[in-house]
Amino acid sequence: MNRTFLEFEKPIVELERKIDDLKLLQQEGIADLGDEIAGLEKKLKKLQDDIYGSLTRWQRVQLARHPARPYFLDYVRYITENFLEIHGDGCFRDDPAIICGLARIKGKSVVLIGQEKGRTTKEKIKRNFGMAHPEGYRKALKVARLAARFGKPLVCLVDTTGAYPGIGAEERGQAQAIAVNIKEFAHLPTPIIVVITGEGGSGGALGIGVGDVIAIMQYAYYSVISPEGCASILWRDASKAPEAAEALKVTAQDLIELGVVDKVIPEPSGGAHRNPNEAASILRDFILGEIDRLSGIPVEELVKKRIEKFQGMGVVKRDI
Amino acid sequence: MFFRRKKPKLEAKKEIPDGLWIKCNSCGEILYRKELAKKLWICEKCGYHFKIDSRRYVSILTDEFNELFSEFSPVNSLGFRDYEEKLEKDYKKTGLKDAIICGEAEIGNHNVVLSCMDFFFRGGSMGSVVGEKVKLSILHAMNRKIPLIVVCASGGARMQEGILSLMQMAKTSATLNLLADARIPYISILTNPTTAGVMASYASLGDIVIAEPGALIGFAGPRVIRDTVREELPPGFQTSEFLLEHGMLDAVVPRDRLKETLIGILDFFKS
Ligand SMILES: [Zn+2]
Repeated sequence: MNRTFLEFEKPIVELERKIDDLKLLQQEGIADLGDEIAGLEKKLKKLQDDIYGSLTRWQRVQLARHPARPYFLDYVRYITENFLEIHGDGCFRDDPAIICGLARIKGKSVVLIGQEKGRTTKEKIKRNFGMAHPEGYRKALKVARLAARFGKPLVCLVDTTGAYPGIGAEERGQAQAIAVNIKEFAHLPTPIIVVITGEGGSGGALGIGVGDVIAIMQYAYYSVISPEGCASILWRDASKAPEAAEALKVTAQDLIELGVVDKVIPEPSGGAHRNPNEAASILRDFILGEIDRLSGIPVEELVKKRIEKFQGMGVVKRDI
Repeated sequence: MFFRRKKPKLEAKKEIPDGLWIKCNSCGEILYRKELAKKLWICEKCGYHFKIDSRRYVSILTDEFNELFSEFSPVNSLGFRDYEEKLEKDYKKTGLKDAIICGEAEIGNHNVVLSCMDFFFRGGSMGSVVGEKVKLSILHAMNRKIPLIVVCASGGARMQEGILSLMQMAKTSATLNLLADARIPYISILTNPTTAGVMASYASLGDIVIAEPGALIGFAGPRVIRDTVREELPPGFQTSEFLLEHGMLDAVVPRDRLKETLIGILDFFKS
């Protein structure tokens, strides 16, 4: 079991430890604790339902950022049979914050793109915590075009705080790289499946976030600005992030209601980090289902519908 | 309750104050208002381009302008606190319902669709109305088979419209594919400032991208970058000239030469 846990997960983790201890005693034949264990497990189930059934938006943001949450490479390991990473933007350098590759999922050829935050400290630094530079977005476009050229479905797994705000990123056209991706992804002639698996951080997410179906995992979030950023700009106080998360309406359910995402992918009880295998298997089934569905639609119609879908987003008042 | 601000925010200094004499924001020169207006709000001493509103751009760039899509106004769809009040305040200040005006215009002897963002309405931020009107401008240019010109001035997305404002980036950029397919030219003009969500969508996607001198142009704001990298930013960082040097712009053109430059480009595409 994961050792890292969030404050609101604490009662659950403590109860689990207690159950584990009792199970150990039971196994060693020290005492017959069957009834007690069953009782505690029932209690655990209720506790989980209570806590996860009434999460605030801010708690959901924290779950999306959970240090033990599965990352892109974890999903690649669980979901794909073989994966060949495709490096480099062919121009400047390979950006390790975005990983691209050719994959087979249950025998189907798929091109995968995703941000990777990195698990260990060394990995996090190498991957710039999943915050990409322009060359990352250009690498993504390179493989996306490859997918389109050969009619292979494209799957984008989004998990980033945002595109990196740095000197080199600006010098090399961060805004331009994202703009071009948004425009190009909108009309690539191949099925595109986008899943927000963790953090959907603004333009950095949208840079690999335009597709035929936009799905979000149950405890992921998607926002125009981080709650901290919003709070510090509007109220000059980053500690008001919980209020900002409420105001910005960033959760999976909010996004469905706002018409921005099409589907919510359920996670194992307590979140993907509590059972990465199960989370990955649900995600894999979703991807395969969508590939099947989208492959049945002529590609011209797919592109037309994709553009129309984004054209319809937003709410305006029209005076007559 | 929520959202109480600790200190009242200082009222932002007016870009162009009232009165006969105006001090240049860059060099401090005292300028005579009438002269400054005649010079299209460019400081005669240092060339600083004062920020000007959308109507001034329309009058500088066009010979005739018939407004389109004026029937759209913003909605507080997230129920964001204080949003209506802010919209109302900027409506009173600018007479605009949102941060853009669009229309069919005559420039030289060219018919074009011209959309002008307005920095003085919510910092030119892009919410659903801006996105919708840019989209409709693109479609109008396509249907009328005339070029599209967008004058950009924006600090980015409209936070109070949350994720819907982010989606305007996709709405506008996706629609530009249709204009490109129809081979209709799109000229994007970047003014001070053009950053974040607008720069990361249609502002960057012109067939020709021109900036006014000295404009702040970029993805992230300078303060965010400084806080992230914890080092001094290079001189002139994120200015038009900096972008030009790094190969990110087609041209930098001063305001008093914008109209003739546009006519030249339109002539080029027409013949
Ligand atoms: Zn001056």
